[in-house]
Amino acid sequence: MDEPKASVRIYVAIYVALMALVALTTGLAYLDLAPWSATVAMVIAGAKAVLVILYFMHVRYGTRLTWVFAGAGFYFLGILFFLTLNDVLTRSWLSPFLGGTP
Amino acid sequence: MTALTADRVPENYINADYRFRSWLFSTDHKRIAILYLISLTFYFFVGGFFALLMRLELVTPQGDLVQPETYNKLFTMHGIMMLFFFLVPSIPAVFGNFLLPLMLGAKDVAFPKLNLASWYIFNLGGLLTLVSIVLGGVDTGWTFYPPYSSLSSTSYVLLAAGGIFVMGFSSILTGLNFIVTTHKLRAPGLTWRRLPLFVWSLYATSIIQVLATPAVTIGLGLIGIERIWKVGFFNPAMGGDPILFQHLFWFYSHPAVYVMILPGMGVESELLTTHARRRPYGYAFIAGSSLAIAVLGFLVWGHHMFVSGQSVYASMVFSFLSFFVAIPSGVKVFSWLGTLYKGAIAFTTPMLYGLGFIGLFTIGGLTGLFLATLAVDVHVHDTYFVVAHFHYIMVGGMVMAYLGAMHHWWPKMTGRLYPEGWGRLSALIVFVGFNLTFFPQYVMGYLGMTRRYHAYAPEFQVYHVLSSAGASILGVGYLLPLFYLIWSLKYGPKAGGDPWGGTTLEWKTPSPPPTHNFEEPPVVTEDPYSFPSLEEGR
Amino acid sequence: MRSSAPALAEQFDSFEHQRESSVLGMWVFLGAEMIFFGGAILGFVEFRHAYVADFNAASNHTKIVLGTVNTAVLLTSSLFMALAVHAAQEGKNRRLLGFLAATMLLGTAFLAVKFAEYYLEVVEGLVPGPRFRMDGADSRHAQLFFVCYFTMTGVHALHLIIGIALLGFLGLRTLGGKVTPQNHNVVEVGGLYWHFVDIVWIFLFPLLYLLGRHAGHG
Repeated sequence: MDEPKASVRIYVAIYVALMALVALTTGLAYLDLAPWSATVAMVIAGAKAVLVILYFMHVRYGTRLTWVFAGAGFYFLGILFFLTLNDVLTRSWLSPFLGGTP
Repeated sequence: MTALTADRVPENYINADYRFRSWLFSTDHKRIAILYLISLTFYFFVGGFFALLMRLELVTPQGDLVQPETYNKLFTMHGIMMLFFFLVPSIPAVFGNFLLPLMLGAKDVAFPKLNLASWYIFNLGGLLTLVSIVLGGVDTGWTFYPPYSSLSSTSYVLLAAGGIFVMGFSSILTGLNFIVTTHKLRAPGLTWRRLPLFVWSLYATSIIQVLATPAVTIGLGLIGIERIWKVGFFNPAMGGDPILFQHLFWFYSHPAVYVMILPGMGVESELLTTHARRRPYGYAFIAGSSLAIAVLGFLVWGHHMFVSGQSVYASMVFSFLSFFVAIPSGVKVFSWLGTLYKGAIAFTTPMLYGLGFIGLFTIGGLTGLFLATLAVDVHVHDTYFVVAHFHYIMVGGMVMAYLGAMHHWWPKMTGRLYPEGWGRLSALIVFVGFNLTFFPQYVMGYLGMTRRYHAYAPEFQVYHVLSSAGASILGVGYLLPLFYLIWSLKYGPKAGGDPWGGTTLEWKTPSPPPTHNFEEPPVVTEDPYSFPSLEEGR
Repeated sequence: MRSSAPALAEQFDSFEHQRESSVLGMWVFLGAEMIFFGGAILGFVEFRHAYVADFNAASNHTKIVLGTVNTAVLLTSSLFMALAVHAAQEGKNRRLLGFLAATMLLGTAFLAVKFAEYYLEVVEGLVPGPRFRMDGADSRHAQLFFVCYFTMTGVHALHLIIGIALLGFLGLRTLGGKVTPQNHNVVEVGGLYWHFVDIVWIFLFPLLYLLGRHAGHG
């Protein structure tokens, strides 16, 4: 059966890693890591998401088509974020007298 | 038909079961296509009715036919009906559903029950919107901009937005179905490079439907939340940002226009190749340009927002990116012309619509470039220039493609031939009526006539009169097929499997096709469009 | 003729073909869901950037202990879901049912904790509107934070409820004998949906609960 699967062991190992990352992210939240605190939190969240996607959702063992479609969502979401923030973050740019973002 | 010596009519998807419920619960993609055809025809004429009222009002400069608030509702409902409940589903839901499995040599789509569910969800959305109309309508414009839509409007925003919210799911599920079907259900030997160009266009359309629609879903959802709870993302008094809505809305609605036109372009490739008996010029370019339009179409939405309060810098970026999306469309137009060159052009009804499409789509597309130019758009935004631009593409392009598809595949879907003379006459009436309606709008828009106004300065009246006259002709052009196509169901001559000499797989089945499409799965060994190419000559 | 064994739909050549198609279909749907949630998160990102101090202050009023517990609960439910799919692949249907039940239970626990948080937030006057009260920050922007909070967690909770119902449906199908090692698409596809809902929370949790936490109460 050519189906993607992992062993129970791997699932449990990933789970332990995820729990560790939750503890880490909550712990780090109490430290003043400015200006990096948001970045750190997002990187840890991203790592958790990647673990869930690769192992729990079997993408690591899946076909290339699955990878493409899993990635496509992120790609277009990225465009939505990037080009919208491109507007939002530059509202005050060419005329400092018109005030900043709303 | 004599009862004694009647030939046994072979089983096909229509006569397989005549009970009403066998249609309403059918998971056969061909029946679902017909169900969509009926719904869409209804919604089209509802939207057309609102256009008729608008054009009547606009014959005189004074606002003397309807109240201003009523006029706001008319253009809103016209837009909502035409865009969401006709154009977006149109070719994919009718011709995509009917033809995709046939063109792929498959028995059905990947998820037939989901397909039927899509039709019910679609009509649930339509019902909600119709209820909002009956109760008094919506006046926000089909664009639903806050804060008016979320805080001030007293019209039935929630119902109409809810209808579109629901309809979005139908769009996503159909797109999903087509994507999986195209990847997984191709007949043996049918590689991607052997796919009909219509399939390529449906695939590109489906990608957009799946990835763009959720943005308008969440956008309208947030409007709904703000309307119900009076607090929300878009309320400036709370520090919210109305332009955020516009970003979410246009992230969908710009790619949505490609959802509307790409299937029309796919149809165009089928019409021109078959009715000029010519291989497509630049198959790979036409296929690739469909994907390019889908991807590039996601990068340009801010060109609808140049004067909204978006940052100037972002406007410049969007303007720059918007020029690129014209390139693949241009590639297609040149490829179609190359396909026609030295072809054996038969002036059948589908070909007439196909020829009209090329010219009108090109004009509409070129004016899109004017609008992409930031400095020009600042002046013509919210004028009739924009209205003319998108009607040239949507009506001159897309609706003509829809009618061309209707005539081209009518024999396949119904087993009957329509009366060719009436078909050609209607195509000509549509062409004349269309141009008379919309060309004056370019001129008056350029001269400053604002859109969405029911009363206007007297100097524009001559253009409006021409436009309204054209609209009445256009209306006749649309009504005629309704009559002669239905007439042909009973009195039209029976069509054979391949009345046009087409070469794609759907023409290898009887007309109408049997429920299971193919006796045995076809094995594909050659490219589609086995017509002579330019090099081979006639 | 109804048999209780799962049938191969006629448009597919084999069970494997059917499985791949169903999985692809769910991934396509999840792509759509990413954009859906992404739109709401985009709004949050925009507003947080504009009103950092106010959003940080407001964020400190979310219940971090309950939020962290909930994150752990949901991740554990994902483990059980993955084990459920594994059991289905091996044909161990009793185990499958057990894991499904555990997943549903944990999902329900998440909802219970979430509604407890909502209750506390109502009592503390953190619901945006005329009864909102919070000291030490611009009330308008603090309210905007909570608009984001309630919208994002509310839509997430809705998806979770749908997920629990979906798993219940899977459980019924399993009991009806319709899930075999050859054909357990529904479990696998249900699993993908469940993991996606988990991933959304993985991002919502730090955004809403953790950023600004170090600054303490305003």
